[in-house]
Amino acid sequence: MNDATSVDSAPGIKEPDFSGIDRAALFAELARVLPADCLLIEHEDIKPYECDGLSAYRELPLAVALPREEAQVAAVLKICRKLGVPVVARGAGTGLSAGALPHKFGVILSLARFNRILKVDPAARLAVVQPGVRNLAISEAAAPFGLYYAPDPSSQIACTIGGNVAENSGGVHCLKYGLTVHNLIALRILTIDGELLELGSRAPDTPGFELLALFTGSEGLLGVVTEVTVKLTPKPQLAQCVLAAFDDVVKAGDAVAKIIAAGIIPAGLEMMDQPATAAVEQFVRAGYPLDAKAILLVEADGTPEEVAEEIAAVRKVLDGAGATEIRVSRDENERLKFWAGRKAAFPAAGRISPDYYCMDGTIPRRRLGEMLEAITQMEHKYGLRCINVFHAGDGNLHPLILFDANKPGELERTEEFGAEILELSVRLGGTITGEHGVGFEKINSMCVQFASPELTMFHRVKQAFDPAGLLNPGKAVPTLHRCAEFGRMHVHHGQLPHPDLPRF
Amino acid sequence: MNQLTQYYADTLRAAARGGGKVVPRGGGSKDFYGRATVGEILSLADYRGIINYDPTELVLTARAGTPLAEIEALLAEQNQCLAFEPPHFGSGATLGGAVAAGLSGPRRMQTGPLRDFVLGTKIMDGRGDILKFGGEVMKNVAGFDVSRLLAGSLGSFSLILEVSVKVLPRPPYEATLRMAVPEAEALARLNSWGGQPLPLAASAWYDGQLTLRLAGAHAAVDAACSKLGGSRLEADAASAFWNSVREQQDAFFGGGEALWRLAVPTTAAPLSVPGRQFIEWGGGLRWWKSDAPASVIRSAAQAVGGNATLFRGGDRRDERFTPLPLAQLRLHQGLKKAFDPNNVFDASRLYAELA
Ligand SMILES: Cc1cc2nc3c(=O)[nH]c(=O)nc-3n(C[C@H](O)[C@H](O)[C@H](O)COP(=O)(O)OP(=O)(O)OC[C@H]3O[C@@H](n4cnc5c(N)ncnc54)[C@H](O)[C@@H]3O)c2cc1C
Repeated sequence: MNDATSVDSAPGIKEPDFSGIDRAALFAELARVLPADCLLIEHEDIKPYECDGLSAYRELPLAVALPREEAQVAAVLKICRKLGVPVVARGAGTGLSAGALPHKFGVILSLARFNRILKVDPAARLAVVQPGVRNLAISEAAAPFGLYYAPDPSSQIACTIGGNVAENSGGVHCLKYGLTVHNLIALRILTIDGELLELGSRAPDTPGFELLALFTGSEGLLGVVTEVTVKLTPKPQLAQCVLAAFDDVVKAGDAVAKIIAAGIIPAGLEMMDQPATAAVEQFVRAGYPLDAKAILLVEADGTPEEVAEEIAAVRKVLDGAGATEIRVSRDENERLKFWAGRKAAFPAAGRISPDYYCMDGTIPRRRLGEMLEAITQMEHKYGLRCINVFHAGDGNLHPLILFDANKPGELERTEEFGAEILELSVRLGGTITGEHGVGFEKINSMCVQFASPELTMFHRVKQAFDPAGLLNPGKAVPTLHRCAEFGRMHVHHGQLPHPDLPRF
Repeated sequence: MNQLTQYYADTLRAAARGGGKVVPRGGGSKDFYGRATVGEILSLADYRGIINYDPTELVLTARAGTPLAEIEALLAEQNQCLAFEPPHFGSGATLGGAVAAGLSGPRRMQTGPLRDFVLGTKIMDGRGDILKFGGEVMKNVAGFDVSRLLAGSLGSFSLILEVSVKVLPRPPYEATLRMAVPEAEALARLNSWGGQPLPLAASAWYDGQLTLRLAGAHAAVDAACSKLGGSRLEADAASAFWNSVREQQDAFFGGGEALWRLAVPTTAAPLSVPGRQFIEWGGGLRWWKSDAPASVIRSAAQAVGGNATLFRGGDRRDERFTPLPLAQLRLHQGLKKAFDPNNVFDASRLYAELA
């Protein structure tokens, strides 16, 4: 607004320069609040923290803090705030978007030692856990009560709940049971000022703005999670899985739409293309039909009566949709075998290729055919192979681009291939990331998905939490300068935003 | 529609210049909610129309002024629904108003609250700029989740122009049971059933009578009916009853006392507040008709980790929602400023301190 009556300068135009940080002061202050075994500064000690699950991006931090107490976390944050030092929170480091990539002039704040389950309350169907608790450990602790924590990322044996909150992670069952955001009850967070905030509550509504939802998926940019209260779900009595084969991927995609149109929301609804089934079959022998162009896995869960009813309905739809083969798991062993292949897709890609790069766009399901066709063309264009696994129920596509980082130029070609897939996801009405987050990896693609007014608003929201911009800077939301440099700035209402900014 | 958005932007800019306030309004069905408003009403009733509905993608996008009734009728044709059952509280209820009020209906504990279903929004901030967040896909973690932040914001920092919501198939089968149970026993049973894989879709307890709605696969509902006991209501009577709960037309909601809405942990023991009580959401929502002082009711809720809202009646100049702790309030003020630096949206409807 030109005639603004108050000062309204836009944040997030340029990345701040942190190079002038006083390291000696930082180390001295950290050493004052952390015991010796909670502070790492030697090269060999901090080296393991140089990357997360996306190892193509590496950076060494100035220091790694491994506090044990919430008060120590607050103290570290206050020091960094005072000295103007960037802070990057870290859980298990399984992230796939370089969200936990260290900042060259910053501190890695590891929550790994916050690994206690504080309470499992079966009557209230919730668990209170520290942020470093592993996702699967929550379900294990709840199992004696017939309960579990529903979101199940494939990395669930390793990833932490704090990382899940920061990424709003999903799993193969989130079509029916929701993402992390749908399964959170409350969070305790520390702001960059070391101030404690409770978001959400055990009551079904909390007064004020929906801060719990805003915080979920904020990639460590708004605060540090120090405690998580999660919803526990009653374990279904029975689960059964249908494996269906198709001689055409588009037919498989249409079958998914038909299942939904029939009023069925399966517990899991996954698709794999032929190269993906071939890759995993070598590796786990799940018994997938190798001549199929695509296979679908459809899971029903609930009471035995419910499952029988749903499986019958699913069968009927799949028959009508032209499945060439339909198998229904006869027992728990066979069900797990059906899933074993899908769950091994990433490691299998790692087996058949020296390196692979996992993309994470979401598209409206009806555009799947177009997307897969375009990916096939891109394989020729970039001279690289790609296998596709797909959370078909919710449109979240994971193309795995196979490459060899030791061959000059392959990584760069892979990155371009990936970026082109993401741009197409946006053009088809979807998004550049469904569950892995933007992190550092997809920061340029954000310029394609959002125009500068939205990006500026994200910076303003961050400013309300973190006025000095110290929490995970350079991730998740690009500066307008970066977008101008990247040169693929979203054009809003036919006008270039911020025409006054220099373009490179 | 462009003329309308131009008019909205002009109105906001004029308010900024003149120091006035703007109060967004859909159908006016929730005018009673929150503190008394201050400022000029900006109606979104004409900004209406369904923009996209794709049953197999489970998503519907509509302009804010689209009547909920129109949306629900269209969904019903495809055997789908808004699973969070937003209360209308009047024939004019709109989608934008439902999201701004953030209220969910009887099925909330089975399906999740309204905010869970908001996938994307187009808004106009206090500068008069149009912004788009989220989208039409189920899974989307690009950028902060501003769309869900708008749920329950009561027009305090932005105009909601468009909303994309997740829709779901209607449950294939439903049954309603009624049984005589005292309050403490009803709460204990609801919490115990909540921990079991039962298709429990809604609950209501009033005056010693517990009514349960089961929704899901035919076989599962039948199995649950025989397990839970009680007597089964006729389908017509059942749907009339649940509608009267959702729309607060049940006899309980009549009478002259103020209506308080207490959101508490489902496991909270029976509250002792003077007045009459109606319990929903498996024990998580406790309505009280009471003329007790606000402090008595608020502390009863706070003592069990909950909060109390003065929903209807009482003085509209008083605080209606539970006051925020100072650190929270400062964050709210910061966010309000991010969207509305000139303070043109009336936020006093939510909290006097936010204005
Ligand atoms: C083999 C494999 C399979 C995977 N499968 C899935 C899948 O199915 N679905 C899915 O969604 N993801 C999947 N992932 C991605 C990853 O596991 C998730 O993103 C996970 O949530 C990251 O958790 P983490 O503890 O490893 O977090 P990290 O990688 O350590 O950090 C991730 C982000 O969270 C922030 N963060 C961490 N802890 C905190 C905290 N306490 N407070 C504030 N911010 C914090 C970090 O700063 C960073 O931005 C997979 C990864 C791998 C390697």
